[in-house]
Amino acid sequence: MIDDDRVFKALADPTRRFLLDRLFERDGRTLTELESEVEMTRFGVMKHLRLLEKAGLVVTRRSGREKLHFLNPVPIRMIHDRWIDKYTERRVSALADLKTELEGTS
Amino acid sequence: MTTTTTGTTQIYRVYIKATAQAIWGAITTPEWTERYGYGGRVEFDLRPGGAFRSIADEEMQAAGMPEVAVDGEVVEVDPPRRLVQTWRAGWNEEGFTRLTYEINERPDGVSSLTVIHELDGAPETAAMVGGANEDQGAGGGWSEVLSDLKSLLETGKPLAG
Repeated sequence: MIDDDRVFKALADPTRRFLLDRLFERDGRTLTELESEVEMTRFGVMKHLRLLEKAGLVVTRRSGREKLHFLNPVPIRMIHDRWIDKYTERRVSALADLKTELEGTS
Repeated sequence: MTTTTTGTTQIYRVYIKATAQAIWGAITTPEWTERYGYGGRVEFDLRPGGAFRSIADEEMQAAGMPEVAVDGEVVEVDPPRRLVQTWRAGWNEEGFTRLTYEINERPDGVSSLTVIHELDGAPETAAMVGGANEDQGAGGGWSEVLSDLKSLLETGKPLAG
């Protein structure tokens, strides 16, 4: 089961966020392709990708002899629904209340 | 084995506390599909070559969606584990894409659902199902649909809104 802690932890590292951004630009990349964009050893990139995979943020598929990495945005969506919507909604409804109040008194 | 094309294939995975059978049902029966995501009612003839349609609800039709929001053909059926179909958006002229659902039930009662959408030659559809047009009211695409499906199967209720 993917839990929020893993996702937050995975996102807490700049290299991992950078890798996700690269996959967002173009999905389905090999380790070699991703490695060429980061100042880091192949082993280092592999470690980061494994952590992203464990957090469910990256899904891999085999295509012939190659292993392709895909960004899986669903865990981020769930964090958005759980943690972001909740707080922004309140601000939006506060503004809506303010509008009602101001328009009601004018 | 699916051959994935770099740059045009989108993959989504969600873990759901539900049996593979429950997830299969939620994907292939209209009583379920109208309760999450975009709320379309699916019609599946579940055999290779069988027809697939997703009928938009009144709200979606009022928003400009054609009655047959999506159509396609079933390619491969292995209930409750794997379903491959073609998938054509009714709101543009981009033609057929290929969609695969993979369901993998684990002994601990959690199943993973993986959606593989191959979108070669369908950039507009890709943007839509990828959630890129969400701020224009087009919805969050597969991420939202799967997040909603998970919520429905686990709690009996879809996400609010």
